Amino acid sequence: MNDGWRALDDFLRTDPRDVGCAEAVEMLHIYAELVAAGEPAEQRYPGIAAHLRACGPCGEDFEGLLAAIRGGAG
Amino acid sequence: MVLVKCMVNESPGTATRLDPESAEWLEALAGTGRVQEAALARLHALLVRIARGEVRRRGPRLRITGPELDDLACQAAADALLAITGKIRQFRGESRFTTWAYRFVILEVSVKIGQHFWRYPTVPLDAEDWGRLPDRFGFDPARQAEWRDLLAALHRAVDTQLSPRQRQVFVAIVLNHVPLDTLVIELGSSRGAIYKMMFDARRKLRAALAANGYMGQDTAESS
Repeated sequence: MNDGWRALDDFLRTDPRDVGCAEAVEMLHIYAELVAAGEPAEQRYPGIAAHLRACGPCGEDFEGLLAAIRGGAG
Repeated sequence: MVLVKCMVNESPGTATRLDPESAEWLEALAGTGRVQEAALARLHALLVRIARGEVRRRGPRLRITGPELDDLACQAAADALLAITGKIRQFRGESRFTTWAYRFVILEVSVKIGQHFWRYPTVPLDAEDWGRLPDRFGFDPARQAEWRDLLAALHRAVDTQLSPRQRQVFVAIVLNHVPLDTLVIELGSSRGAIYKMMFDARRKLRAALAANGYMGQDTAESS
């Protein structure tokens, strides 16, 4: 499968565990802290993990929050 | 700052098992006079720092630079401070206070970027150039013979399987690269509603392509 096929295949893939934006955003600080601590966040919250993989904006917010935590700005 | 001061006069209610730093934040923010003002100033400075870091992180992909980017960060920090002080009673100690607070400013950065591209769109929201589709997914032009039929089938499925609203959202996001948070403003909707619309559209499109032998059924749930 070349890159285009793979990208399209990924784009059209939907995960029934996906919790959607509202729940993912509500839990984002908890999830990000688990990830930052090296805890198995994906196993604990598979629906949030599925959403963050598929939703560009929520995934971007997650990456930003993770960077903020890891940056030690507190 | 006076408005903010009024909004944090109530004590946070349900925080449990707080780490010492979070407890200190809550106590100071719920305090009065100089203690509270100092905590608000410290929190604001922290939010500005996080917002600036976040716009710098996203900056290279945004084509926004210099003072405009910094202004965006400062607006995000100011609005986040208002949101945090207004919702501080909702903090339940499930994370550190600062992590909870950072979430607000990161989300505000997204909102401000969405607003920026709504005010200064790089592509008309209703433009429809299907010639962009191969590049959108990274198909190699030199191997057009391999993917031409697939993308023609995708275009047909978009036209025949999606509702008008789903089609509008697909064209804006996929063909025109309109940020989802910009589309939220344009359509007067929410991120969750637009995402759900695209989620359903993606399922329909995969089913159509699978029915015609172009793609396998969705197996994401087992991955």
